[in-house]
Amino acid sequence: MTLIDIDKWQEIFYTLKKNKLRTFFTAFGVFWGIFMLIVMLGSGRGLNNGVSQGMGDLATNSMFMWTRQTTVPYKGFPRGRRYNFNNDDTQALKNNLPEIEYIAPRLQVFSAGEGNNNVVRGERTAAFTIQGDYPAYNLIDPVTMKKGRFINDLDIEQRRKVVVIGSRVYDEMFEKDEEPIGEYIRIQGVYFRVAGVFSSKKNDQQAEQENSQIFMPFTTMQQTYNFGNMVGWYSITAKEGYPVSQLLEKAKKIVKERHSIAPSDDRAIGSFNLEEEYRKMTTLFTGIDILIWIVGIGTLLAGIIGVSNIMLIVVKERTKEIGIQRALGATPFSIKSQIITESVFLTTIAGYFGLVFGVGVLELINTVLIQTNASTDMFNHPEVDFNKAIAALVILVISGAVAGLIPAQRAIQIKPIDALRDE
Amino acid sequence: MIKLNEINKTYNTGSNSLHVLKGVDLSIEKGELVSIMGSSGSGKSTLLNIIGMLDNYDSGDYFMNGERIYQMNEKKAAYYRNKFIGFVFQSFNLISFKNAMENVALPLYYQKVSRKKRNIKAMEYLERMGLAEWAHHLPNELSGGQKQRLAIARALISEPKVILADEPTGALDSTTSMEVMDLFHEINDLGITILIVTHERDIAAKTDRIIKLKDGIVDSIVANGERKKWLADQKMA
Repeated sequence: MTLIDIDKWQEIFYTLKKNKLRTFFTAFGVFWGIFMLIVMLGSGRGLNNGVSQGMGDLATNSMFMWTRQTTVPYKGFPRGRRYNFNNDDTQALKNNLPEIEYIAPRLQVFSAGEGNNNVVRGERTAAFTIQGDYPAYNLIDPVTMKKGRFINDLDIEQRRKVVVIGSRVYDEMFEKDEEPIGEYIRIQGVYFRVAGVFSSKKNDQQAEQENSQIFMPFTTMQQTYNFGNMVGWYSITAKEGYPVSQLLEKAKKIVKERHSIAPSDDRAIGSFNLEEEYRKMTTLFTGIDILIWIVGIGTLLAGIIGVSNIMLIVVKERTKEIGIQRALGATPFSIKSQIITESVFLTTIAGYFGLVFGVGVLELINTVLIQTNASTDMFNHPEVDFNKAIAALVILVISGAVAGLIPAQRAIQIKPIDALRDE
Repeated sequence: MIKLNEINKTYNTGSNSLHVLKGVDLSIEKGELVSIMGSSGSGKSTLLNIIGMLDNYDSGDYFMNGERIYQMNEKKAAYYRNKFIGFVFQSFNLISFKNAMENVALPLYYQKVSRKKRNIKAMEYLERMGLAEWAHHLPNELSGGQKQRLAIARALISEPKVILADEPTGALDSTTSMEVMDLFHEINDLGITILIVTHERDIAAKTDRIIKLKDGIVDSIVANGERKKWLADQKMA
């Protein structure tokens, strides 16, 4: 008894057509279940996309460490003392912590927020944030290079006066389509040659902010703007297999020793552990995902139970026909397969439409988001994995079969004789 | 062909149990045309269902074509039904959404004969029944007599050893009834055993042997020769 069996399908279509409205409502239950599942999964994905794009490609195993005031008197120093990281700290961290993957000491000057126009080119002036960085920084929180290059080791070694500018800096300092590489811009009275243009990988405000930055070699900044050997703060990533939180604790311990800070003084060093935040976020999204599946499967289940119910009624209605078929020699298996095929057919068709409509709605939302530029760092590009869609379909077919199982069992439990008597 | 020894059947409905067949002994030879008569409640339908393997019996022996039929699983019962027995019912029991040809072909479908082959064979049987021009009509477009002829064609297509007919003329007028009986005679002449359950005397009178059931046992068997005498006795009683 193959799938392409005219008699079998004739019977299926006959039953489905006989009660069109009932068939429609039954199918709608399944349709709605899978539709909701797809839309919810897509929205969950959109939420996830929005938030993770807000972070760009920032390494999830990274941490940041900066100085604050001491809060505990120690070794004759009073509390409330200020201190700075310096190049020797960098060396000490590198030497003592082999689990460090990348370490990027950083400096920042002339934050754009202060309002003074600190960057000049010809008649153009504007205020931008200037960062002093090592090449390693582009490995921790990467940007996309549009033109030229990022800061390299030679820049650091030779303290070259070069800068890498953000796309907004380019827009404001250069004519449209003007070649920026090799051109000079004046930053706080000192001329720098432009070596590259980058754009942010983040979205929204964060991208805007990043695109308004200028990177120069860390050593150049220390020398040019009289920072001595001072380091503003550190961005550090851990090698694979090393928890960032442990690395952070070790790094703090080293710094505390070197700067005569009380071991108990936890507030003297500010820090941010992205790994931990990332884990919290991942857990949150996993939670949302699980919730979506539970609700989605629940809705689907309601649809499936509807199908099962209707199939029971179909069996009841067709008791006599089933009796005739059995009197004519239909085996229990052929009766069972008839009912189950019908159930699978109904769920699969309904589910397929649910799937298509669900994906359609997501695409529609996506198009609207793109056209109205309404993507935010909370919601962006809702989509459904191909794998998840396939999984949903497989679940459908299986549940269709399961939905048919009880009615099919009921059908063959009816004795042929009782079925024939049924009027 | 059919041999029954001490067949007992009890129906349990809740707290009541109804002893329907109380030791039925019966033997039907190959090629016989036999009728079973009895008042309602005498167990004639139950007996037919047991012979038709539509129902199980509690004790005794039932041999069909030399094989013992007892508590077979459904798959095997389906196989035997399909192979040995053709059913004809009072209410025709045609499948409403299949046309005449497909209805006739249905038993072959369960034998997994290809659709093309079974439709060709179904057309042959429809022709024999004079229904060829109705092949593509649905059952509800046919008259009662045509429906029953269709049902008989369906019973014949699997080339069964035995035809079991449960009140085959119950829903037909007397002229059509006689036509159907003539048809049964023709089939019987081909060597197929026929068992008819009926409560109509003139139908029973057209069979070789009348088995009369009463209260779950065989009350009397009237062979062809004694039939007229038996009928006369019945009238006097």
